[in-house]
Amino acid sequence: MSDRIERDEKPEAASRYEFAKSTRRTFLSRLGMASLLASAAPIARAFEEHSEKAQVTSTDLKDAIPVSLRVNGKKYDLRIDPRTTLLDCLREHLHLTGSKKGCDHGQCGACTVHINGRRVNSCLCFAAMQEGNEITTIEGIGQPENLHAMQAAFVATDAYQCGYCTSGQIMSGVALLKEPCGSEDADVKEFMSGNICRCGAYQNIVAAIQSVRKNRDENFRS
Amino acid sequence: MKIFALNRTTDPAQAVATASKAKTAQQGAEIRFIGGGTTLIDLMKLNVEQPRTLIDINRLPLDKIEALPDGGLTIGAVARNSDLAFHPLVRKNYAVLSEAILSGASAQLRNMATTAGNLLQRTRCMYFRDTAMPCNKREPGSGCAAITGVNRSLAILGTSEHCIATNPSDMNVAMAALEATIHVRGPKGERSIPIGDFHMLPGNTPHRETVLEPGDLITHVTLPPPAPGNRSLYLKLRDRASYEFALASAAVVITAANGKISRARIALGGVGTKPWRSTDAENELNDQPATEAVFRNAAEAALRGAKPQSQNGFKVELAKRCLVHALKLATQSA
Repeated sequence: MSDRIERDEKPEAASRYEFAKSTRRTFLSRLGMASLLASAAPIARAFEEHSEKAQVTSTDLKDAIPVSLRVNGKKYDLRIDPRTTLLDCLREHLHLTGSKKGCDHGQCGACTVHINGRRVNSCLCFAAMQEGNEITTIEGIGQPENLHAMQAAFVATDAYQCGYCTSGQIMSGVALLKEPCGSEDADVKEFMSGNICRCGAYQNIVAAIQSVRKNRDENFRS
Repeated sequence: MKIFALNRTTDPAQAVATASKAKTAQQGAEIRFIGGGTTLIDLMKLNVEQPRTLIDINRLPLDKIEALPDGGLTIGAVARNSDLAFHPLVRKNYAVLSEAILSGASAQLRNMATTAGNLLQRTRCMYFRDTAMPCNKREPGSGCAAITGVNRSLAILGTSEHCIATNPSDMNVAMAALEATIHVRGPKGERSIPIGDFHMLPGNTPHRETVLEPGDLITHVTLPPPAPGNRSLYLKLRDRASYEFALASAAVVITAANGKISRARIALGGVGTKPWRSTDAENELNDQPATEAVFRNAAEAALRGAKPQSQNGFKVELAKRCLVHALKLATQSA
């Protein structure tokens, strides 16, 4: 990505993916290309030409504007098209692909991130409007070796099936515990209504959030 | 989405000056203010709105929620819906407003959406949102696909032969019952608009939704002091228990003592082309006993002019029962 300058000295999250020889995404796309090449060379050529054009468009920065973002404690100086949503910026420019694109219209909650500690739909924000804000994504609240309590609770209560909505559910769950939400299951359901799960893991999602709340309240008392 | 220039000003005067160059402040405006973006970005993705310039107003000093010396409340244009709904003064003095806001959208959207943006919230009529379909609001003169189409969720009050789109906001309904005033800074100076005069009926010009002109920036909204001893609430009926627009809703602000109503303010949502204040219903309630028969009279008065479409006739009775039930709840002995 030629449009990104990272100020941080230690290459982490985004840069790790950028320079890695093979991530899950690049591996899958290469696999797809390889099978195309093997089975249908003309289609593969067309595909290649199309991708080259797409590549040109994405690096054609005549409309790009400079934007500084703080994401998960790191600062990024970018040049991006002003139409870029925060979600697309996170996923396509910073390669923080934990935040998911579901409906892209603020209806499903899969893209939920925190801006200054409050949960929002990142698909309905322009990235260029987020200068000066502290953005936190699922990658920023915990990592596989050091899970956030909410992430651990989702694992413990089996609060997902396909997993696509899960990062949004977890980001909402973490934010909910700081909001004036009542303690009953019904209160949690109401406050979580902006996160849709097509697999229907709702019962276990509520259980996960309630277990984190219970532990927190018990620790607070003791 | 069409490309746009992003203006990130911190100066209200500059925001007004820039926006005043637009030809219109209504549908299709080429210059738009953007607050939370929850409506505008959604419509830009659908190509329903195609502004060439966006003025980011989130850096303007318009986010305060404060008590006024007269006991009322002033609410900044970019105060977030969640901050407004949870504000201690709103919960204490204007319960109907808090309840209305919390009954709408999701926690994420309420964290983003602003007071001014909610006032300007656009209809959810699916023909307005679909550029492949005719819509007089989106494209004047193209016709109304809803009147002969899917209109179950659309309006029964304030409609015209050109448009039956519902105003989808819950907040606006509470604001109407609370007799809010909208304060605007425009190229010619500042002015105040009672909420009843702010939204326009569709008539022959459904693309004109408010009285705002190019450069008009909503700066804040004020609420009068709460009527002494009043009880207020918002009752919303919808297809799902949460995260759904109203089929019918009622905002009621009632002062009653010894079983008699001395002052009533009534507004309906989900049924009108604008937030539907009903002074007819209020007149049926003022100085009357708080009985179901009186509530029913008020509901009949509120819906007297209703014009149901092919699929939304149920809304007439639903809205009546919604209002009757809201009045019962608001006048129950505490």
